[in-house]
Amino acid sequence: MLKYTFGRILSGLVTIWFIATATFLAMHAVPGDPLMNEKATTPEIRENLARKYGLDKPIAEQYVIYLGNMVQGDFGISFTQQNRKVNDIIQDHFPVSAALGILAITFAALGGILWGALTALYRNQLPDIIIMFLVILGISVPSFVFAALGQLLLVNINQWFNISFLPVAGWGTFAHMIVPSLVLGLGTMALLTRLMRSSMLEIVNEDFIRTARAKGLSPSRIFFQHQLRNAILPVVTVLGPQIAAITTGGFVVELVFAIPGLGRYFVQAVQQLDYTVIMGTTVFYGAFLVFMVILVDIIYGFIDPRVRLK
Amino acid sequence: MIPHPELQAADFTPEPSTDSLEQLSRPSLSYWQDAWIRLKQNTRAIISLYLIIGLAFFTVLGPFLWTKDPSAQDLDQISQAPALPKTALLVSDYEPWTPPNVQGHPAEPAGYPDNLDAVTNFATVGTPNTQSVRFTWSPVQDAGGYSIYRSESKPNGLQGLGLPLETLTAGNIVGFEDRLNLKSQTYFYSIIPTDGLDEFEVVTTLKVTPVQSITVSQALERGLIEASDAPGRSVSLAFHPFGTDYLGRDMLARLMQGARVSLFIGVVAPFIYVLFGVFYGGFAGYLGGKVDQFLMRFADFVVALPFLLFMILFKIGFGIGPGESGVLPMLVALILLLWPSTARLVRGQVLKIREQGYIEAARLLGGKPSYLIARHIIPNTMGVILVTLTFAVPSAIFTEAFLSFIGMGVAPPTPSWGSMCNEGVKTMLSHPHELFFPALFISITVLAFNLLGDGLTEALDSKMRSRE
Repeated sequence: MLKYTFGRILSGLVTIWFIATATFLAMHAVPGDPLMNEKATTPEIRENLARKYGLDKPIAEQYVIYLGNMVQGDFGISFTQQNRKVNDIIQDHFPVSAALGILAITFAALGGILWGALTALYRNQLPDIIIMFLVILGISVPSFVFAALGQLLLVNINQWFNISFLPVAGWGTFAHMIVPSLVLGLGTMALLTRLMRSSMLEIVNEDFIRTARAKGLSPSRIFFQHQLRNAILPVVTVLGPQIAAITTGGFVVELVFAIPGLGRYFVQAVQQLDYTVIMGTTVFYGAFLVFMVILVDIIYGFIDPRVRLK
Repeated sequence: MIPHPELQAADFTPEPSTDSLEQLSRPSLSYWQDAWIRLKQNTRAIISLYLIIGLAFFTVLGPFLWTKDPSAQDLDQISQAPALPKTALLVSDYEPWTPPNVQGHPAEPAGYPDNLDAVTNFATVGTPNTQSVRFTWSPVQDAGGYSIYRSESKPNGLQGLGLPLETLTAGNIVGFEDRLNLKSQTYFYSIIPTDGLDEFEVVTTLKVTPVQSITVSQALERGLIEASDAPGRSVSLAFHPFGTDYLGRDMLARLMQGARVSLFIGVVAPFIYVLFGVFYGGFAGYLGGKVDQFLMRFADFVVALPFLLFMILFKIGFGIGPGESGVLPMLVALILLLWPSTARLVRGQVLKIREQGYIEAARLLGGKPSYLIARHIIPNTMGVILVTLTFAVPSAIFTEAFLSFIGMGVAPPTPSWGSMCNEGVKTMLSHPHELFFPALFISITVLAFNLLGDGLTEALDSKMRSRE
């Protein structure tokens, strides 16, 4: 297990290096110039600014400096907000996105497991049909439509009952988080429900279920102890990649609900061609996602002993 | 010793031919024929297939049948909800209107009155139309002016009077003209007499529904009438079955043009990257060993890139020049980022098939590698590839819509379903159809491809075949 973990972390580090390099190359292929928007009216000022940000050096040297700084965890200074460090921006805005993402993945995982188990229990009956119809809807409707509809619904509820049921937009309290994270988790919840259903139905036909039934266990014990626990395993496997989908899917929800998360900041940085912020957030997000996937795999090893033995 | 029986030639009658027994009772079916039969039994998949064919017609033939220019603005019908063809009343060009002035009635009351009567005879002058709504009323004794309000819903006494339009400060001017952004809908106009400063708590409300109208010069400019047509007749306006957007552009025409962009990206990008993935994965899987390891390591790295962040990075990396739509950069970015999943899948399939008994048998019978690949390996991976392709289309459409929605996708004025949603969401509360239609088209397309993919997975699964 230790060797496995170590190997995974090592390959994760190589992946992060690859992400950093790809980001660097992509950013240097961008047409235009980060100093274009500056008040670099004379060539002398431009030169000074270029020197300040190290843009006058050859590209290979810039790459080495960039990697060196990144190893030390320093992402540089923002181009557009000149006295703000990229690290500070990430520190300020990432916790917001993370809180939103954690709540969304919790909703998605709990909902997916619950609905999936229900559909398998009531296979081809009314609850199954209704839930699977909603699942298909959840997979087919884009997240921004859900975000817009969620907001519309909130506005209407607040108007009809003349109360402030839940805030429509903004950030600060737990009440602000509920609807955005539900909207964010909806697509993933639909996927997990489908997965959970098929995995539950597969396990019903397994020998150990038949054995459990033959030795006279109560149906509820078979359902919870044997069927459900085994069916959750495939759901855990996809949780890693789904965390990635949810974190980046947060852009739209952050835009629609006016949440000051890192996703919204990234979109803004791209529009302003703020090189250091774009590179910093991309590498940071990449590293975060890589380690999330590794973490889920390691947790999986603890849950499922078969993986450990391999 | 057993005596041999005497055998005659007649004892050896030939058995009737068994050829007929060995013949197949049913015609032999190829893998694809069999899969097609199973797919046809899946109602949902077949409905989806028809939907996809319908969408293809909508995209390809639509603009020839519905020839309206998607970028032309219809200024008479901005943010128009879907409706039947509309007509407008032709009215003469606007001329200033002087409200009637009652001779002999004092403009200002002598003192401050304690009570004022409600306005009577509050009525419209001429035909109220969307160019102007004109009112007149009888002067109120001792009034020093009148306040006029307009509301879209019926006021409850003094509550909910709506938009204050005008406060007249003379008791003898008994006319008012409303020209403020009039639509062809019901309005409630309220009038309250004042003593010149304060409003009194008596209100008269009038319900008015202006007629959709167009002035002669506007109609001439848009080519709706002949120069000889006189005011008073009705003019049929341009027909917008799906309504218009916030710039008065025809939604149906824009949806068709948007479909070209969205479906182009949604179909062409998966096709190219799946093809590339098939070659890459097939190559790696067939060669095996060090080459395979190296190629797959690289694919793993590309998979690990945070997809949407790199879509945005690559897209700005390629840049969009002025006047370009940004479709091509998005296509290239999608292809660059998404090929590894297909490559992995195909490699796995090839590795599995390579070890199968029938490949071994074909090799023993003298089959060359090129024959093995073309005759056995590729046909046997086709099912998986087809399913991947079907599921890749909705995810590419989603990506396009998502990027266009956050403003990183197709550049305006090129419509795509995603960018139309982006524009529609801003007026979601007042004109929901501008968001509804593009969102509906995205959802239907994604749904159809997903259900077809499910059907194909079941139909092409060789395990299902042996079960029958």
